[in-house]
Amino acid sequence: MDKKITNILFCGTGGQGVLTASEIASLAAMYDGFHVKKSEVHGMAQRGGSVESHVRFGENVSSPLMEAGQADFLVPFYKDEHDRLISYLSKDGKDLVDDLEQAHLKCENKKFVNTYMLGRLSKYLNVSEASWLKALEVGFKGRFVEENRKVFLDARNDK
Amino acid sequence: MKTTLLLSGDEAIARGAYEAGLKVAAAYPGTPSTEILEYVSQFPEVDAQWAVNEKTSYEVALGASIAGVRSMYSSKHVGLNVAMDPLMTSIYSGITGGFIVVVADDPQMASSQNEQDCRLLAKFAKMPMLEPSSPSEAYTMTKMAFDLSEKFDTPVMIRITTRVAHTKENVEIGERVEVADKPFVPNAPKYVMAPGFAYKKHIALEAKLLEMAKYADESELNTIEINDKSMGIITDGVAYLYVKEAFPNASVLKLGFTYPFPDEKIKEFAKQVKDLFVIEELEPFIEEHVKQLGIPVKSKDISYRIGELNPTLVKEIIEGKTKVEKPANSRKPVMCPGCSHRPVFYALKKLGVIVSGDIGCYTLGALKPLEALHTTICMGAGVTVFASMSKILGSNKVVGVVGDSTFVHSGIEGLIDAAYNGTKGLLLVLDNGTTGMTGAQHNPSTGINAKGEKTKKLSLEEISKASGADIVEVIDAFADNLQDKIKELMNKDALSVLIVRYPCRMIDRTKKPLPVFDSSKCKNCNACLVVDCPAISKNKENKIALDEYLCVGCDVCVKTCKFGALTKRGNE
Repeated sequence: MDKKITNILFCGTGGQGVLTASEIASLAAMYDGFHVKKSEVHGMAQRGGSVESHVRFGENVSSPLMEAGQADFLVPFYKDEHDRLISYLSKDGKDLVDDLEQAHLKCENKKFVNTYMLGRLSKYLNVSEASWLKALEVGFKGRFVEENRKVFLDARNDK
Repeated sequence: MKTTLLLSGDEAIARGAYEAGLKVAAAYPGTPSTEILEYVSQFPEVDAQWAVNEKTSYEVALGASIAGVRSMYSSKHVGLNVAMDPLMTSIYSGITGGFIVVVADDPQMASSQNEQDCRLLAKFAKMPMLEPSSPSEAYTMTKMAFDLSEKFDTPVMIRITTRVAHTKENVEIGERVEVADKPFVPNAPKYVMAPGFAYKKHIALEAKLLEMAKYADESELNTIEINDKSMGIITDGVAYLYVKEAFPNASVLKLGFTYPFPDEKIKEFAKQVKDLFVIEELEPFIEEHVKQLGIPVKSKDISYRIGELNPTLVKEIIEGKTKVEKPANSRKPVMCPGCSHRPVFYALKKLGVIVSGDIGCYTLGALKPLEALHTTICMGAGVTVFASMSKILGSNKVVGVVGDSTFVHSGIEGLIDAAYNGTKGLLLVLDNGTTGMTGAQHNPSTGINAKGEKTKKLSLEEISKASGADIVEVIDAFADNLQDKIKELMNKDALSVLIVRYPCRMIDRTKKPLPVFDSSKCKNCNACLVVDCPAISKNKENKIALDEYLCVGCDVCVKTCKFGALTKRGNE
């Protein structure tokens, strides 16, 4: 297995599904056999404050937190939080901020924005589609399985 | 086939305890330790209990141990303060069935009122302490802790931090192993801590500590990793992982069985490396001990005693730097749209009264723009601090505010105190039917237990009357006369309790008809922003906008608008 650690930083505000999204990405990587660490930096986040979730996976992950300039992917759910945390993105990192605009255009129901973002993120990761779909089902605790699957696959297969 | 789950440190501790034959678990919710009891409550073999507070939960768990079964207490750091009375003496008496004390510190205060380092309490109480750095270690160490507890006849502390409690990681789980109950045999010199017996127990405890120190020296939880010998780092807890990230080639002494300190291992490690550092979060707990052993070690600057560490800060410490505090730039937390606390603090702000507050979501009433809560110290102090402030500053100028769960935790005693000692004035009990701040746990006033079963329900009205309140009334949080009622009761020559009742948004998510916002009538005076609702904000054109996705129709904002731009639906 590749020694490299993949670092993904999810960010947004309380109630936007940031933690569900990072949980699903972590589960998907775990199902594919990676060692995963996921850790949140937040205050009283469920009260609308900032939420950032660090997901790191690879052969063996030490620190649960990444450092500034280390994120391979920045997955924002709120533009202001994206701007606040942009310094975490590595020089060659992928910023999914444009996908966020797409997500809001494509998802009539804002509940599915996080699933859409996961679909976009999944295009770039070395994690199998089967693991993603299983993780979606477990992560959403069996709620809206078909809808989430559809939104995820549409986003994943969109150019 | 082996099963691997993605578990948080809290969940891993619960799982480990369950597999170790746990039969009783007791706790009071507190971030970041809440999920331990929540997770363990799913297992039918475990009598999982939410207790009134940490003192009662400690005693309930200790009682189960004395009766002969494996038991667990869990709380956050400040919760342990409440349990310190039984804890200190239980170290003398010892246990019957294995008993573990899980405490979760909160460096950086993600959700706490102080940043105390409970490692010092392990030393103060003279109890052994294990410190996992990750969920998978938390799982393993929890199982070991029960054996250690029974081997040395002592409660064992498992000390974690927010970063261990809330990090998730792959954890390979196993099966539960039933452990035979140990017989309780009456034994006054062991279980009756009267002075004469306790004195002998103290003598025995000092000898036990020396034995445990020897055991710590041999423990596989304290490991020396020799790499580059020019730099040696002694570290514990999650700081170990930051060290591995920042200095993968350094030699490391990783402490997992941190107290009593493994002196021989520390000396052996120090001999092998050139420059010796200690990397630990918060207090210089290990550093001071290493110095006491006569071993030269580089100190971290005191600025790093504040807040949590990360790999970047570990590098700074090694470089001998001083921490530069960065201004917080993250969004502040707010009450949810439709929160039943919002109308209360809007009314208190308009009345301009002094508010003695407590710990809960309603503490947010202190922040701008509401700024209608003026003291918060600890659980229950909303009542007792009010009792004194009301007497000194005037009962028509001060109100006390406490939530339902906090009132039950340690507010009731304060009310009895207030009644007994002649306090007059008004205490507001904000009853939203749950322990909201920690994520909606039950408490005695909800009438549901930790397993989700119906149980006896504590009546807040009756307990308030029985405690000595002269007037006890109940009002809907969104009632139009809330402000008038508060004013009326503050001005009575009596001790009053007003129970402001409305369910928390986390337990009742119904959306009512939304108010109508007519932008043509809006003067952009910003009066509606004072209620600090996430559903009302300024848009890109700097104009007031109502977010219909977030709004739930509580209509508190309607009361703020003088120009008829915000009106109740049907009244427009």
